[in-house]
Amino acid sequence: MADENTQEFWNWQETNWASPDINWENGRYITVGIDVGSVSSQAVVMVDGEMFAYGNMRTGSNSPDSARNALRFALEKTSLTADKIHYLIGTGYGRVNVPMADRTVTEIACHAKGANFFYGPTVRTVLDVGGQDIKVIRCDEKGKVTNFLMNDKCAAGTGRGMEVFSDLLSVPIGDVGRRSFEVDGEPPPVSSTCVVYAKSEATGLLRKGLSTNEVLAAYCSAMANRIYSLLERVGVEPEFAITGGMAKNRGVIGRLTRKLGLEPLKTKWDTQLAGAAGAALFGYALSRQGKGRK
Amino acid sequence: MITAGIDCGAKNTKTVILKDGRIVGRGMVLTGFVQAAAVNESLQIALKDAGINECDLERIGGTGSGANAIAEANFRVNDIKAIVTAAHFFFPHSRTVVDVGAEESRAVKCDENGAVVDFAINEKCAAGAGAFIEAMGRALETPLEQMGNLALSSDNPIPMNAQCAIFAESEVVGLIHAKVEKRDICRAILDAMASRIVSMIRRIGVNPDIVILGGVACNPGFVTALKRDLSLDSVYVPELPEYGAAVGAAVIAAAEAK
Repeated sequence: MADENTQEFWNWQETNWASPDINWENGRYITVGIDVGSVSSQAVVMVDGEMFAYGNMRTGSNSPDSARNALRFALEKTSLTADKIHYLIGTGYGRVNVPMADRTVTEIACHAKGANFFYGPTVRTVLDVGGQDIKVIRCDEKGKVTNFLMNDKCAAGTGRGMEVFSDLLSVPIGDVGRRSFEVDGEPPPVSSTCVVYAKSEATGLLRKGLSTNEVLAAYCSAMANRIYSLLERVGVEPEFAITGGMAKNRGVIGRLTRKLGLEPLKTKWDTQLAGAAGAALFGYALSRQGKGRK
Repeated sequence: MITAGIDCGAKNTKTVILKDGRIVGRGMVLTGFVQAAAVNESLQIALKDAGINECDLERIGGTGSGANAIAEANFRVNDIKAIVTAAHFFFPHSRTVVDVGAEESRAVKCDENGAVVDFAINEKCAAGAGAFIEAMGRALETPLEQMGNLALSSDNPIPMNAQCAIFAESEVVGLIHAKVEKRDICRAILDAMASRIVSMIRRIGVNPDIVILGGVACNPGFVTALKRDLSLDSVYVPELPEYGAAVGAAVIAAAEAK
């Protein structure tokens, strides 16, 4: 049995995958996107613009190592070796520290491109809720960015804020969404914006007799409100898609879409991969244009 | 004439007993969950400290975020008025009063009579309040009392990039892993804190002399960082700055009783 005191409630499962249908040896261009985020790092390997393999893991204290580890993890289930890669693009918060990158592209551009690929060309608004920031990106039918807004100053509404709560309430982060709906009636949202104060507020709510699930509901709803106010500032044009880790938390997303009155598009892919997939697609486009490495 | 001022704050509840314009007793307890109990406890400690009976108090003024829980108070005064009054009580020449508490911070501009001209408050974000230093102290495993002097012993300024207390905590852990000296990290924390308070002061205009009140003013590293950031020497801290708002309430009580 896991020790209550050492269990890392905020931690999530690291995953990797390789396509059983694609033989990389038949491909013309093998391109890789590595997204080194503040909390998670992903490597996506594409063969001629099609998903071939990926690895998704926690970012370590050192960005170059995180990039290398993510790539190794992605290639683990394939027979592909790193020297066969035609083009590698680094993106994300730690993109300047991806040592093998031929080029870097901002994560804003990559998320728009990745969302266009994951959700189709009808996507006009992409919400990316990552570990330490929230971005609202407007894009055209080619996945090109037309406008964006970002909060990277404050933990409120980001994945990190949710991690703090899952730790505080000893609820594994993957269970937060489900449990937040196991309540009788929706409690009022946590009123503090700052995560530090929201923590004290939550402790107060528990003392007042609210159940853990009710406090989760109150926080998910506060987070949904926070994200909603950012979306409102840019304006949401359908179709609407959500990328990043928070897209998996239906406690927040369910409440957000109810407020928006708009269902987000669905994808079979892991939403955390959008940035890295976008980067790999940029690599593919550059390879086809015969653009040299930089 | 004997009056009392009670400041029920987010973290601590403080009581000051004022007799003929002099502070004769004081008491401070953690506010905890039951504010009313903390209020009474701090009052009893202050009365004992002063050697005065509760029935000798002519008037009691209440202030702070928990002012409504002060049943003993004859009247309540808002924290802005309380700190300006206290600043003028200690330093009649003050024109700007800064109060940095556990969960809120305020900067107030006042005239020569101690009347409020303008003010700015931060009550939304822990990055500009004592809670920030506390959280960093936890990450650094350093008691708050030591942080100030450690910071003063550092001559190596390093920037903190994170604004948010939650992100800054990760940054501090990163600095520890990068083997940055503890005193340099302490300085970085207090410098960052000071720069946020300074930007709040700038919103109302830097108007010397500046008086700093609130628990964070007990931290000499913070006060030095603030002076450095403002490039100003005329920054004054009274003895026991954490009692600031309580002193203000007691002074107003005395003025009302006259």
